[in-house]
Amino acid sequence: MSGPEAVRGLIQNRFEDGLIVTSADQLINWSRKNSIWFMTFGLACCAIEMMATGGSRYDLDRFGILPRGTPRQSDLMIVAGTVTLKMATRVKRLYEQMPEPKYVVSMGSCANNGGPYWRHGYHVLKGVDEVVPVDVYVPGCPPRPEALLYGLLKLQEKIQEDRVLRKRGLTVGSLAGATLDGASDVPRLAGKP
Amino acid sequence: MDAGAIHDALVLRFGERITSAELEAGSPFAVVRTDAIAEVAAFCKAEPALSFDNLMCLSGVDYPKQTPPRMEVVYHLYSYRHRHMFALKVQLPRENPAVPTVEGVWGVANWHEREAWDLFGIVFTGHSDMRRILLPDDWEGHPLRKDWQDPEYYNGLHVKPTPQMVERVLTGEPIGVGPFDFTPENRHVEEP
Repeated sequence: MSGPEAVRGLIQNRFEDGLIVTSADQLINWSRKNSIWFMTFGLACCAIEMMATGGSRYDLDRFGILPRGTPRQSDLMIVAGTVTLKMATRVKRLYEQMPEPKYVVSMGSCANNGGPYWRHGYHVLKGVDEVVPVDVYVPGCPPRPEALLYGLLKLQEKIQEDRVLRKRGLTVGSLAGATLDGASDVPRLAGKP
Repeated sequence: MDAGAIHDALVLRFGERITSAELEAGSPFAVVRTDAIAEVAAFCKAEPALSFDNLMCLSGVDYPKQTPPRMEVVYHLYSYRHRHMFALKVQLPRENPAVPTVEGVWGVANWHEREAWDLFGIVFTGHSDMRRILLPDDWEGHPLRKDWQDPEYYNGLHVKPTPQMVERVLTGEPIGVGPFDFTPENRHVEEP
């Protein structure tokens, strides 16, 4: 065989118009990553930038990301601001109330590692990752809305790589670990660039 | 009234119990004997010529290096009727500082005094609800005192950054690729 026949797979050109063929994982991840509902959860000045990101200028809604008022309907927790030791236990409880699958974005220096309270803050948790697992860290003090958007897009890439049904292991054509300059430490399958 | 006239009115009424004053300061103040503060406060509010109807701020201050070491409570007063300001101070020992409450004069003092108790450990005798207001109820110590030392843990959480955290911050994996690159070599590091 040669020509078009050579690249034709097992199921190409076998269905009527209007049918789309994909994998279950692809479909599940696609729907999850495009309907991230995040918990409205502002702790400090980062919350102002988070609100700006959700507003009409930056418009999180176009990615299907929109705020919810309760952890029980949320997929994502954006920890926006200074997590005090008093608040840390509440953050943990709210996280535990969220249904799986759940993700956490740590927004701003305070949530990442204590920020300006690193040395002299007797009351600030040194990084929210002490109490909840963090998927994406967004640096900045506070981060601009573009930075938060970038972090959320990174989270979408991560969700797209979730393995709902497939076995764990190497991913074909994975974006995980990909960087803009092309350098990557992620092992590739043989034959893949 | 200007600060001098206010001070004169206080001295005329209380005499020896106004121990000193500084009227040229940016915020003129008089130092009041600790046991007289409630009475002075009530007078400041009730006297028509003063009518300090607003307690703008109640602060605690710690002076460990003064001789003798002391703490102070500062009452910033304002009169909406006369548009004048004045400050009262009381000086307390650093060990077991206690001062009568002015909650009965200005209701707002309730929360202010709780805050001063929370952060400085100053007891306001006669206060109706002497609980912590900002810090958690099970917190130990009063962190704005100058001799405060951070504990290792609160509720199982690290209070001070551990060496592992420092290591991770200084040599951690790249964060914020692309236009938001904040990896260590691009980051401002404070000189020790």
